[in-house]
Order: sequence, then C-alpha cells, then structure tokens
Amino acid sequence: MRIFDNPNVNFMKWRWHALVLSLLVIGAGVATIVSRGGLPLGVDFSGGTVMQLKFTQPPNEDAIRTALAGEPVVQRFGDPANNEVLVRLPIMKGAEQGASLTEEAARVETTLRAANVGEFRVEKTDIVGPIIGEDLKKKGISATLLSLAGILAYIWFRFRLTFAIGAIAATLHDVLVTLVFLTWFGYDLSLNVVAALLTITGYSVNDTIVIFDRVRENQRSKSKEPLIDLVNRSVNQTLSRTLITAGTTFLAVLGLFLFGGEVLEGLAFTLLVGILTGTYSTIFIASAIAIVLSPRQGAAPARKS
Amino acid sequence: MNKNLRWKVIVIVAVAALAVWSFTPPSRKVKLGLDLKGGVHFVLKVQTDDALRLETETSSEQLRERLKEAGIPVGTIKIDSLTGMTVEGIPPADEPRFRTLSAEQVELTYNRSPGVAGSHKYEMKPNIAVQRRTEAVTQAIQTIERRVNGLGVSEPVVAPYGTANDQIIVQLPGMTDVNRAKSIIGNPALLEIKLVEAGPMSDEKSLLTGSAGKVPDDMVVVPGVSGQKGDLTRMYYLVKRVATVTGREIRNASPTIDEYGTQAIKFSLNADGAAKFARATGENVGRQLAIILDNTVTSAPSIRERIAGGEANITGTFTQQEAMDLAMVLKSGALPASLTYLEERTVGPTLGEQSVRAGVIASLVGLGLVTVFMLMYYKLAGINAFVSVTLNLIILLGFMAYLGAAMTLPGIAGFILTIGMGVDSNVLIFERIREELAAKKGARQAVAAGFDRVFWTIVDTHVASLIAAAFLFQFGTGPIRGFATTLVFGLISNVFTAVFVSRTMFEWILSSRPAGSAQKLSI
Repeated sequence: MRIFDNPNVNFMKWRWHALVLSLLVIGAGVATIVSRGGLPLGVDFSGGTVMQLKFTQPPNEDAIRTALAGEPVVQRFGDPANNEVLVRLPIMKGAEQGASLTEEAARVETTLRAANVGEFRVEKTDIVGPIIGEDLKKKGISATLLSLAGILAYIWFRFRLTFAIGAIAATLHDVLVTLVFLTWFGYDLSLNVVAALLTITGYSVNDTIVIFDRVRENQRSKSKEPLIDLVNRSVNQTLSRTLITAGTTFLAVLGLFLFGGEVLEGLAFTLLVGILTGTYSTIFIASAIAIVLSPRQGAAPARKS
Repeated sequence: MNKNLRWKVIVIVAVAALAVWSFTPPSRKVKLGLDLKGGVHFVLKVQTDDALRLETETSSEQLRERLKEAGIPVGTIKIDSLTGMTVEGIPPADEPRFRTLSAEQVELTYNRSPGVAGSHKYEMKPNIAVQRRTEAVTQAIQTIERRVNGLGVSEPVVAPYGTANDQIIVQLPGMTDVNRAKSIIGNPALLEIKLVEAGPMSDEKSLLTGSAGKVPDDMVVVPGVSGQKGDLTRMYYLVKRVATVTGREIRNASPTIDEYGTQAIKFSLNADGAAKFARATGENVGRQLAIILDNTVTSAPSIRERIAGGEANITGTFTQQEAMDLAMVLKSGALPASLTYLEERTVGPTLGEQSVRAGVIASLVGLGLVTVFMLMYYKLAGINAFVSVTLNLIILLGFMAYLGAAMTLPGIAGFILTIGMGVDSNVLIFERIREELAAKKGARQAVAAGFDRVFWTIVDTHVASLIAAAFLFQFGTGPIRGFATTLVFGLISNVFTAVFVSRTMFEWILSSRPAGSAQKLSI
C-alpha cells in the first residue's frame, strides 16, 4: 500500500502563499495574546495556588465560588462522572513567601468544609511562590532560545548557514503557531506545555533535516539543477515519509490526548498541534526560506558530508 | 545463518535480556515520581541572614564576657547590622589590652576599625559571611535529612536546589499529611536552658523593676507560661542572654509521661552538656532554670539540688503524636536558620494510581494504533517496525531502572513520543528501501542501500532532538526531568533499534533464501 506514486507537486510555487498564510495566523494569534494581556500562564509560571478537589456528589461550582472570598477560578475538571473541581487562586497580596504562601490552600479547605458544599477530598495541591515562578519563567525562555541556538549551530555545521536559518525559522514558526493555538483553545502555559514545546523544536527540525539531507544527496548527482527545482524534487521524494511519520506520531500522541488524563492534556495538545504545523512548515517554510536566502539560485547547497 | 549475522543476533538478544533483567521486577526496580506515587514536594529558602545575626550576637556576647573577665570596663556593645557591631567606651589606658583580647577573640571572623573615643567598629569578613551562609544551608540540609529519616519515608530527597545557593528541595514520596511534614521540617527546635533572673510576671514592666526599667545588656525577656500545671496564661521571664545549655548538647530525646500523667519529652545531655548542667545547677540551688523552646519558656522549675545525670523533661500540652515528633526533631538538632516555603506540591495517592493507569492505557493505545497502521502500510516489514519499537521501549525502561531515574507522568508522554520517533526512523528506512526496489535493485542491495543512505540522516535528526531535549534538564528534579530522561535515552536506544536491530532482521529474513533467486520483500 502507498499514498503516492512518484508525487510531483510544485510545492515551491506556493511558497509565498504559505509565508503569507503563516504570517496571518501568527499575526492574528499575537493580536489575541496581546489583547488578553499576554500568554495565559499556568500556576507554574504565574505563581499562586491550584487545588484539585474530588467530591462524593456532583459539586456546585457556584456555591464553591461564593464560599471562597477573593477571586477564585472554579471549574469542573476532567470526566464529569469523577466530580472533580479545580480551584485556582492568585498569589495573596503581600504574601511573598513563607508560611503565608501556603496558608491559602489550608484556608480553602477549611472554608469549604465549613460552607457545606459537599464532602470532598483534596487530590492535589500546587502552591508556587513568585520567586519560583519567575525562576521557571526565565528557565523556560532560556531553554527554548538555547535549544534553537544549539540546533542552528548543528545544522550550520552539518549543512550551511542558509539551511540552518531556514530550519530555525521553520521551528520558530512552529513554536509561535503552537502558542497561538494554545491560546485559542484556552490551554494555560504550564511546565508540561513548555516541555512539549521544546520537544517540538527537536521534532520539527527532524523533518527539515530529512529534506535537506535529500537535497544534498540529489545535488551530488545532478549539480546543474537550479536550487528551487532541486528542493522541490527532494520535498516530493521524501513526501510520503514526511506524511507517514507525522501521521504515526500523531496517532501515538492522539492516544495520549484521549486517554492520558487531564494532567497530560495540555502536553498532548501541544504535541498534536506541533506535529501538524511542523509538517506544514517543513514542506513550505524551511525550504522556502533556504531558497530565498541562497545568494545564487543555482548554487550548490553544500559540499560537506 | 552466517557467522556475522549470528553475532548480531546474539548482541541484540543480550541487550534485550540485560534490559529486561534491569527492570525486573518492575514494581521494585522502576521508581515512580511523586506525581505517580503521591507525596509532597517543597522548595524551601534558608534564611541565611539568621545565621549571620546569630554569629554576630554570639560574638558580641563572648567579647563582653571576656572583657568582663579581664576587668576591662566596657561602655556598650551594640549590634549594628547582621554582620556589624560597635564597642564603645574603652578607656585609653586599657586600649592595648583590649586590642590583644579583641585580636584573639573576634578578629578571626571580624575586621576591626578603630573610631574616636575608645570606640571600635567590627564588620564580618566577607569571605566568612559567605562561608557562614553556605554552612547554614548545609547544616539545614543535614538536619532536615535526619528529621525526614525519622519520619520513616522511603527514598526521600533533601538536596540543594537552583542557582541561588540558599534553596533546598525536599521530596517525600508517599507522605500525604502535608501539615505534619511541614511542622517537622520547619520546626526550629531551638532548645535553650537559661537561668531565670526575674519572673514569671504577667507583664514586661513589672519584670524590670529590679533593673531600673531597662533590660540589662546580658539579659533578655522571653515569653512563656507560668510553669503551673494547666495554667496557660501568658507570662514573661527575664533570663540570661547566654544559655547554660543548648539543644546542640542533646544526646537523646524521647517521649515520656511526666509525674502528672501527661505527655512530655525527656531529654538527656551529652557529657559536655551534662557537666555544664551539673555545674550550673550546683551553683544556683534555689533559683529557677527556664527551659526555652523556640524562644518560649515551656517551664521554669526551681533547682532543688545539683543535677548530675544531665536529664530533664520538657512539659507542656502535647498530644502523643506531637510529643513523638518533637522528641525526634530535638534529637535531629536545631535548624541553623529559619525556613520559608517557596513552593509546595502535594499529590494524593489515589490520583497517582489513576495517572499510572491512564498513562499505561494511552501508551498501549498509541502503540496499537501505530502497529496496525504499519502492518497495513508496510505489510510484513511492519512486524519489523513493531519489534524494533517494542525493543526500544524495553531498552528505555531498562535504562531508567538502571539509572534509578524516576518515572513521572510527563515521562510516560516521553515513552509515547519515543514510539513516534522510533516509527519515524523505520518509515524513513522503509521508504528508502521501496525507492531502491523501484529502481530495480535486488532485495539485498535495496536493503543495504536503504540503510546506508539514511544512516547519517538518522544521526542528524537524533542529534537535533537531543539538543532540544538536553535543555529540559535545567528544569530541576520535578516531573519534567522524567520527561527529559525518557526522551534522551529513548533517542539513544532508538539509533540502536532502528538501525542495527531492524537491519539485522531484514538480513536474517533474506539470508534464509537461496542466493540469486528472485528476491521479493514484503514491504
């Protein structure tokens, strides 16, 4: 069984359309993010208290919200049959750290027990102080940038600078598009999501390397061919591989998204979006940018091997 | 089977067997992270300022005592800051003697700069200050370790954390009583036994009538209870600043029942402490001795006679659990500085169980979907992919068990991603073999060319992924570390399974056919 027999699609013809589409999506997404005052940060980065409560009876979110003073976010969580509720509170004003930091969780529990909103059990509590939140924010940003820089250096070493820039542009594109979709679909940026984003940077560049390797190989046999045709041929030759691997990884992660539970949902969603945009950007963005940046269109891409 | 091939098969079987051996039995060998097992996780900040303040206070007291002994009159010794103090009013005639004494007493740790009219300013040497802070963190870690071990938690983690040098991470798998954990970890447990100069009185003012309304330099006011059984009204004591004996000199502490039949803690002092205690009680028969825990007088019994054995009780209103915990904490020693919580995460045990179940189901569904697809698309070669991906997972699990790396929820996601990446390499190879077959090559040449051509591609893609995964390790010891570990070792073992194992399987299949026959490959 196969999907294509010797595909010959002129992908490079669509490169400008693709660039515009990507810019539109990223632009619209960034506009959404800015209008909401930044990325939706989870408790890992923003600090605060999150409690997961499991009730014996279907809980009443409004009653819980009324019982708790302040501005708690109270929402149903996971499978409705589980009677689970997530309560999120911002960092208490004036509470920098110390005992006061952890008092919120205790207060929520005693208040709710007294408020007669039903029997419940505290399944999970996350309390993150501002120092740790800031620290993780810095680490998240530096880890993402450093991994991009590391990959850039490696591709530059193995191929050539224009290809490296193409690959990194595509990867950055994937990170941005994934962030945009996370925002649109209402997922908070948690540590797990950042881990998934870093994984996407590695994964997305995989596809690109496969095509670049093919370009290099083809170029040895027919070095007179213009770069644009060479790239197009290489994309076509590796097309079924690109789509199949994206498909199988997607299937594997889909299992995680559907059955992996609420904690991993954000991580799985990030990977799903990342796989899709990674495949798209491999075909359209990475090669297109490499071609645009190459000084002579007929130039040989690389001699290193 | 030729000799070369036989060796390859032996290597593969040996690796697989080693991996399986390494994680058998999984329930014991594969460590679960807190998010799967349940437990508490804290990040604490050691208030190292406390250690410096204590050092300066102690030094000023020691200097005062020495000057008194030497008969040098001192106006005042003031504490200026955490690391600074000022001595004032040294008579010019005593200047030389003062300098000698100061040099041997405090100038190892402090820099002295003389001022006007017999005043001297002291500032802690910067390197000493840094050293004291580091020591405070190290001591805090050791103390917490002893306490946590006393809790009987299996495989606790107490370690320095982050780059700020004053943070500690504490992880207690299986511990779900957060409040108890916190009260034990964060209990200062500073025990001091001091001579009572005045009191108990119900307010501070009447306490100071004997000293002209001022607290004398070498004394402090400490709140507490009256010491009468059942009387909990707040009382104040004027006690000596310097303790007769401190908790550092405790040899043992255990819960006990006192003469009134209530919970108490009996402690015994080491030889040094017992000697000091005996001397102090011998010299002060008839006076009161305050037992002070964390700056609160728990009782102030009168000394009836010299106490030689170095044993005493701490009384109060304790539950049995509290008495047990306090005894354990006292035995572990005082914290060198107070602690504040920067992060606290608790996972209940049932949630962890659910997560493990969800993760296993998700992995099996993922593997199942991928296998079905590969069998449909690549026919018999799909079995090849299934074997190499499964072997990859087995080797990965073996690695994890061997390294003692904890399996976390994101780690399960790492396993699933490893399935995806393993299949990725297989697809890359299979597609290439198909191309070579389409170019009218024989099966053997096609397989050889397929593997050779994609080898460097696979190396390149794996290195790129490894670069990204490596940066995940900086997120510390939390669940993300499990993800990073599975990803990194999954990638490494995937190079082995996708290239070496898969190729060997192809070669094995082809070797069973007669050379030169029309070779067909189910791919």
